Amino acid sequence: MNILIALTIIGVIAMLSEILRFRKVLYPLALTGLAAGLVLCAMEWGSNIRYFHDMMFMDNYAIAFSMVLIGTTFIWFLLNPAYLRNHEHEADYTALISFSLAGAVVMVSFADLTMLFLGIEILSIAMYIMAASNKMELRSNESGFKYFMLGAFATGFLLFGIALVYGVTGTFNLQELAGFVSANKVNLPAMFYGGLLLMIVGLAFKISAAPFHFWAPDVYEGAPTPVTAYMATVVKTAAFAAFLRLFMTCFSGIADWWAPMLAIFSAISMLAGNILAVYQKSLKRMLAYSSISHAGYMLMAIVAMNQNSDGALLLYTAAYAIGSLSIFTLLVSMTTNGNEMINSLRGFSSVNKIPAILITITMLSLAGIPPVAGFFAKYYVFLSAIESGYTWLVLVGVLSSLIGVYYYFRIIIAMFQPADRESTQIQFSNSQNAVLWLTVILSLILGFMPGFLTGSI
Amino acid sequence: MGSSILELVHINNYVMLAAILFAIGVMGVMFRRNTIIIFMCIELMLNAVNLLLVAFSTMHSDPGGQVMVFFIMAVAAAEVAVGLAILVMIYRNVKSVDIDILNKLKW
Repeated sequence: MNILIALTIIGVIAMLSEILRFRKVLYPLALTGLAAGLVLCAMEWGSNIRYFHDMMFMDNYAIAFSMVLIGTTFIWFLLNPAYLRNHEHEADYTALISFSLAGAVVMVSFADLTMLFLGIEILSIAMYIMAASNKMELRSNESGFKYFMLGAFATGFLLFGIALVYGVTGTFNLQELAGFVSANKVNLPAMFYGGLLLMIVGLAFKISAAPFHFWAPDVYEGAPTPVTAYMATVVKTAAFAAFLRLFMTCFSGIADWWAPMLAIFSAISMLAGNILAVYQKSLKRMLAYSSISHAGYMLMAIVAMNQNSDGALLLYTAAYAIGSLSIFTLLVSMTTNGNEMINSLRGFSSVNKIPAILITITMLSLAGIPPVAGFFAKYYVFLSAIESGYTWLVLVGVLSSLIGVYYYFRIIIAMFQPADRESTQIQFSNSQNAVLWLTVILSLILGFMPGFLTGSI
Repeated sequence: MGSSILELVHINNYVMLAAILFAIGVMGVMFRRNTIIIFMCIELMLNAVNLLLVAFSTMHSDPGGQVMVFFIMAVAAAEVAVGLAILVMIYRNVKSVDIDILNKLKW
């Protein structure tokens, strides 16, 4: 709860900084605020307090995911000093990011469908603006517009689903819903299932799982690269945490009905994301497709729906966010030259030897190769899927992650090739170097002690 | 009071009306090419939800549904404000609001 207040205060301070002319100190202020937020979050660990007449419930699940979200945003700020500082809209961007982070925290700690809806919207509306924030460039406009339109469309489905479920149960509260579902497990009316189906469609749009993924590559490619980094990490983590929280609390009793459907979504996402990523020449678009495939793996944790799901999802989102932040550090520095092709990476390692090695390690983590975090993330997700009897889904997952290894290695190989005329100069600032080191250290820590996260909730 | 209204017009009629409005909205978003009309169709979808929530709230005599409607109206207003701003920006760049202009991002 304190964390929500803290994040909102950061946003308000950011907006005031423009009026009161202390924009120069805003960047360090925001970083301190986020670090303080992390501490505030950790202090609430284990307290399990319900707020606002049971609208929000700060259990360990909510706190763990909030900490992942805030930590990711902290690293995101370190990654983008060039994008934020000395930009005429620095204050606006900082405010929007803080508010959307507040929305993400609401999304992981809701105990009522109203708060789920509000959290999604607080997060999304800020992100629509951020995606379209490059006003003069048509690609950014298009990306913002597509994101807005499909986001609103998906919200419509989610709301219609919520309305139908409300019509059957007469409540928005998660616990009362769960009680209703377990009491009437055998004779739930068709309207309830219709509502559940529409909610699944709405949420699948938000997590960009296939077959509702087609907006993601366009939006990711068109948005300014730092914004894409935020969307691929924080927005995705929040959407998955909300999805799992809703289904684990309310609908785990009728998993037989919805889990096979989500299993098919998961299989299509993994295959489509990985296969289409192979064909991409642009690194940014390739990452968009790879994020779809990662959505498939994360969906597997929701499909499994047992006592290991939440820990597996937490580890996976953390590992994925850390790995993505490292690659996006590379991409952000690339796009300052206006070039985002994989081929232009040639000769990168001859100039930046240490960054090349660091990025390779996080790339191995994303591809799922031991002993880095990504491998154990996949391992735990697969394990919980097997426990629930989805062996075929795990087979699809293993096969598609082999395809994933292929295109991640394409980047690594490009980095270590000699330079040619397509190569561009890439330089990292000090804080970007710090991000590269930090992400590698975190991936290795999570790789050697995965139980630290999976056992925590 | 609430249930007497539902005796006059049964709840099923409200559900049908909301479903039809929602379907019109979905069709509009998918098939119309003018972005302003698409916005209107998204609003239609959200208002179908509002109608449904109000009807169910009366049926259950529970104020929660009506509170939700207020939240939806407020959020929809904020959303459209952002959406129209993006649209104005696009219009300044290409002098058109037709959705077929937006095809710069393809693989």
